[in-house]
Formats: sequence, structure tokens, C-alpha cells
Amino acid sequence: MTKTMTDVVCPFCGTLCDDLEVVVSDDGKQLKEVYNACVIGTEKFLHSQTKDRITRPRLKQPDGSWKEVSYDEAVEYTAQMLANAKKPLMYGWSSTNCEAQSVGHEIAEMAGACVDNTAAVCHGPTVIALQDIGLPSCTLGEIKNRADRILFWGCNPAHAHPRHMSRYSIYPRGFFTGKGQKSRKMIVVDPRVTDTAKLADVHLQVEQGRDYELLNAFRVALNNEWLPDVVAGIPAAKIREAADLCKNGRFGIIFFGMGVTQTLSKNHNIDEAIALTKHLNEFTKFSIMPMRGHYNVTGSGEVLGWQFGFPYSVDLTRGFARYNPGDTSSIDLLARGEVDAMFTIASDPGAHFPISCVKHIAKIPSVCIDPHQTPTSGVSKLHVPVAFVGVEVGGNAYRMDNVPIDMRKVVDPPAGMLTDEEFLTKVRDRLKQLKGKA
Amino acid sequence: METVTITMKNPPALYLEADNICPDKFAGKTALQIADLHVFEGNTTSTIGKYFDVSGNAGASAADTKIVVKGDVKKVKYIGMKMSAGEIGVEGSTDLYAGAWMTGGKLTVKGNVEAFAATGMKGGELVIEGNAGNYLGAAYRGDWRGMSGGKILVKGNAGSDVGMYMLGGEITINGNVDVHVMTHAEGGKVIIKGNAKSKLGGQLVDGTIIVYGTIDVMMPGYKPIGTVELEVDGAKSKFAHFIGDTGERKKKRKGQIVYGNLYKKV
Repeated sequence: MTKTMTDVVCPFCGTLCDDLEVVVSDDGKQLKEVYNACVIGTEKFLHSQTKDRITRPRLKQPDGSWKEVSYDEAVEYTAQMLANAKKPLMYGWSSTNCEAQSVGHEIAEMAGACVDNTAAVCHGPTVIALQDIGLPSCTLGEIKNRADRILFWGCNPAHAHPRHMSRYSIYPRGFFTGKGQKSRKMIVVDPRVTDTAKLADVHLQVEQGRDYELLNAFRVALNNEWLPDVVAGIPAAKIREAADLCKNGRFGIIFFGMGVTQTLSKNHNIDEAIALTKHLNEFTKFSIMPMRGHYNVTGSGEVLGWQFGFPYSVDLTRGFARYNPGDTSSIDLLARGEVDAMFTIASDPGAHFPISCVKHIAKIPSVCIDPHQTPTSGVSKLHVPVAFVGVEVGGNAYRMDNVPIDMRKVVDPPAGMLTDEEFLTKVRDRLKQLKGKA
Repeated sequence: METVTITMKNPPALYLEADNICPDKFAGKTALQIADLHVFEGNTTSTIGKYFDVSGNAGASAADTKIVVKGDVKKVKYIGMKMSAGEIGVEGSTDLYAGAWMTGGKLTVKGNVEAFAATGMKGGELVIEGNAGNYLGAAYRGDWRGMSGGKILVKGNAGSDVGMYMLGGEITINGNVDVHVMTHAEGGKVIIKGNAKSKLGGQLVDGTIIVYGTIDVMMPGYKPIGTVELEVDGAKSKFAHFIGDTGERKKKRKGQIVYGNLYKKV
């Protein structure tokens, strides 16, 4: 016999779908099937059931082989590494729950570490921009029920947030959007003809790295000022038309992703996009929202913000919180050789950081806490596998629109495995002893 | 003026935060007392004397104190931070935040400086004989007040985001600059003797940018309004005149809309 669990929350992307149905064996130990999730979400659940899963910590030996160690030995190694480092970096946090993040930050404060989350290579520039000029945003529910002008700027939800368009932004029939897709106009700004762009009413194929100019041109068009004939590869007439289309809507929303945050101009792109949103509010109602990637990167920003006042790239080395991406951000710290120990949790810098940074991780004492085998676990000295958050343990996560959602435990983890929070609590207590604070 | 010479003898393994290397902090102290001032390497606190040889006593006040920094200080941050008077001469290159928030005096760096030099500068003079990094004379993160006074001269090239949120003062760059010059600025002047790339004066409310070389891509919010003759550093030349950013909010002065000015040599 099996039983079906409903309203399960998907721990994959920032859309944080909460309508999944999961079939588990009667004893609650095996996960059989997943319904309603996208293909990536389904894989995330099923991946926890693989037979070759690593269930105990492993320490890298001088010859490059791995030796299985106990969780207690792993706790000792991690606590010693953090206690002895002058400037450890504690990076990741985006694929674990807020409870674990909170314990991790206690460790960081005690160790005098730098804490950073995956926004550093993702929506960090968004955070910088919203500090500079604010963020007129809303919830995904408002978009479902009200929005009739949808802009996807430098993002491709068809592949990166597969259920975003069907649950919130394009297809659903909301209270004021009863005709679903027919009641909305969709504008996509992307240099590539993506699968999202193929669905658009208007596709502005912007020249690569010229989003800032195009956003600026939208604002110039709103002011009815002079424009050059072509901006960013797009004729001025087409820009004026698109600006009018935005103006004539009842409720508009700009969604944006890595195509603007991690290309030339970075935070300035977002800065100008927010300014455009503000500008459009002189004519109609407009909002803007980042398409957050990891399911709880928003939560990491929330918890860091609540505890230290800054949402990412926090430097606690001198006992108080400092923040200045460019100085205190992970890529810069690693590329410049500013840190002497690397603690990675719930993310994969090995796959996403520049190779010079990954080389530095290989040179210094390093710990990787991750249920999966990743390039980061491969390059780290200690790999600590833990239970899958959102599958084998519940906890709190924040959706891309800053709505907190409680995730559910679906199955038991393999016998004897610790969760992120349990492992971090042990490290915190051991570090307290080492620092003489217990 | 008394001169204190500090020479790097024991370079840090990581990076050093040395905001105490500043005439205001050295003033009235002997070499021995200066060697006892704090520096920070990661989460450890130690003294200037651990890393530097210190010779010479400081003057009674900051204005009477000159600091000469010798040896490899490429990994030393915050030199001359918040200095209000006196002089600092760095004989090599230095790291982040050189002359940040300085209000007076003169800081000369013979080599290069990294990012965030002269962040929020209010007065004084900063001369960089090599290249400058990103965010020269810009605002600190989240702040809307960049450089508001003083003078910066870069003899080499400068990075991106020169004069972001600039309010006043003058920056001269003899070489080339990277993208974004005077973004969000509400005053001040940036003179670029070399070439500029793109995104000059984006979201600029007020201020002046003068470019002698080429501009790869102009911002669409800059409207050409003719040519003018300008006198810069005593030499007259003809410039194409653009006003903008026409997409950004505008201020009014005596009933007239104030635009930022961009001049490009013809």
C-alpha cells in the first residue's frame, strides 16, 4: 500500500510551488511518485531515493581518495577549521531552510567569518540596486489576479522557472484576468529567441550588454523626448510602441533574471529597471520582481537582513557587520586570496564560480555540506552529506515575492543521517567550547 | 612638517585593514606610539609595528604630519581613510579604499589603487600616478552621497563607475575609463583625456562630463544640441555638446530645467 501526501512544497526554484502531490510507501521510508511538479522538481524529489547516495561524511586523504568518517569527526574538523582561520568564508545557504541559516549565522559571528549567499553570483546586483533606489514590488498572487502587462527581461521562465507562467504570470485566470492568457500582453526582452520569447506578443531582441541603454530609452520615450533612430539594436519606433503598450495596461509587472543582473552594467540595469517601474507608475500601476533562482535564496537574504542588517556579502571579521560587494563578496574574497578557509553549504560554487576562485578553494581548508556529490564536494577536503531539506526535513523558505512558506517532510532520511540544522548545531556547540564561550 | 616613514617588513598572509595609517591618527605620537596603533588581519587584531618599521615622530597636528609609506603595500586597505589634513605619499601600489571619505590634505600614490578610492570624498587632493580601480569617487553601497568636494587626478586609466552619485568636486583621468561615468550624479565634473566606453551619465540629474577621446556607445538619453568652445586646463578646444539624461527626473533652477552636460571633443 502507498499513501498520497497533498500540498507538498517543491524545494527547487524560487517559485516554491506548494501544490505537489507525492506518493510514499506506507512506512514513510520510500518516495514513489511525484505529481504536479515540473520535470526539475520531480527529479529533485526522486534523486533523494537513489541507491548510490552518500550517507556518511567523507574526508579527503593525501592521495586524493575519500575516507568515511563519523559525523562527530566531521563536526570536530569543521569547528577546528573555523576556530583556526583568520578569515573564513561561509558561503551558500540558498538551498536549506531558514532555521539552519540562523544557526549558521551564530557560527559565523563566533568565528569572525564572512557570510555570503548565492545572490553573489545571481541577484546580488538586484539587492545593490534596491538599496540605491527602492523596490516597488508585489506578490505573485496579485500578478495572477491583476496583471495584464507582463515583461520578462533577461529571463527564461520556460526553462528556469517552468511552472511560473502557468501558476502566476501568463496562463492562470485570476479575479480581474478572467480570460487568462488572452487578458494579458507579454513582452520579452532577450538577445536570444528563447522558448519564452516564442510565446511573447512583443519580443525585443536587444543587443547583448545594452539593456541599460534600452531601459533608458523606454524612460526617454515615456518623457516624449528625442531618441536616436536605433537603440541597442531596436528601432526607436518599436521602443515607443512597447512603452505605450506598458502605459496602456491596468497593472504591469517586470520580471527579470540573470540576463540583466549578471551582464554588463549589472546593478545599474536593475537600478534603471526600477526607475522605469517608478516612471510607469505615473501612468498606470506597475511592479517589478526578481526571478530568484534557489528556492530559499530569498530566505537567506531575509535571515541575514534580520540578524545582521545586510542581505548578502556580510563581513563579520571585526565583530560587527560590514557590507560592500566588491570587497566582502565571495568571488572577490576568493579571487583575491583574502580568505583562508572555505565553508560551503547548500550550494555549488565549484560549478558556478570562476576557475581562479575554485582553485583557491582547493588550496585552503574547506568543508562542503551538501546531500549531493557536486564539483564543490569534489574540490573540498571534507564532504558532509545531509538530509534533503523539503523532502526529508521541513522548515521555512521564502518564495521569490518574499512570502514565507513552511515546507513539509515527505519521507525519512536514510538511517543515521543528520539534517543541516542538526549538524550546524553540533558545530556551533563545539566552536563555543573551542572559543571558551561554553 | 614632521615626516613619519613606515616601511613594510612583514607582509600579511591575507589583507591588512590599516585605517590608522592617517595623519589624523598619527598626530602627536612618537614612532613608538605609532607602532602600537591597531591594524586588522581578518579577525585578528595586531599593531602597525608587527608589519611595518616605523621611523620619525609625527607633528603636533595632522596638518604638521607627513607619512611616507614604503615597501609592498598592495595588500593594505584603507590608507588615508578619513584624513583631514597633512600628507601621505605611498611609494608603490595600494589596495581598496585609498583616501576614502577624506576631507582634506593630500594623498599621493605612485603606483595603482584598487576599487573604492576616494569613496564619499569631501575635500583635499588625491593623486594617483598609476591606474585607479572601479568606483573612484563614488558613494558607499546604499548611500546617495558620492564625492562632494576636492580634486582627484589619475595619470593612468580608471575602472568602471567613476563618480557614481557624485555631488561635487572634480576628477581628471588622463587615460581611458571603463563603463559608467557619473551614474546618478547631481553635480561635479569628470574630465576624461583618453577614451570612454559606454553608459556615460546614465540617470544623471546634474553635472558635467568632458571626453577628449572616443565614446563607443552614447546613452540614448543624451540629446545633441550643437558645438561649443570650452576652456579646459587653460587650453581651448571645440566640443560637441549633449544634454541629458532626458529619461531621468529633472531639477529646476530659477524656473528653468537643469540638464547634465556631456562634451565630446570634435
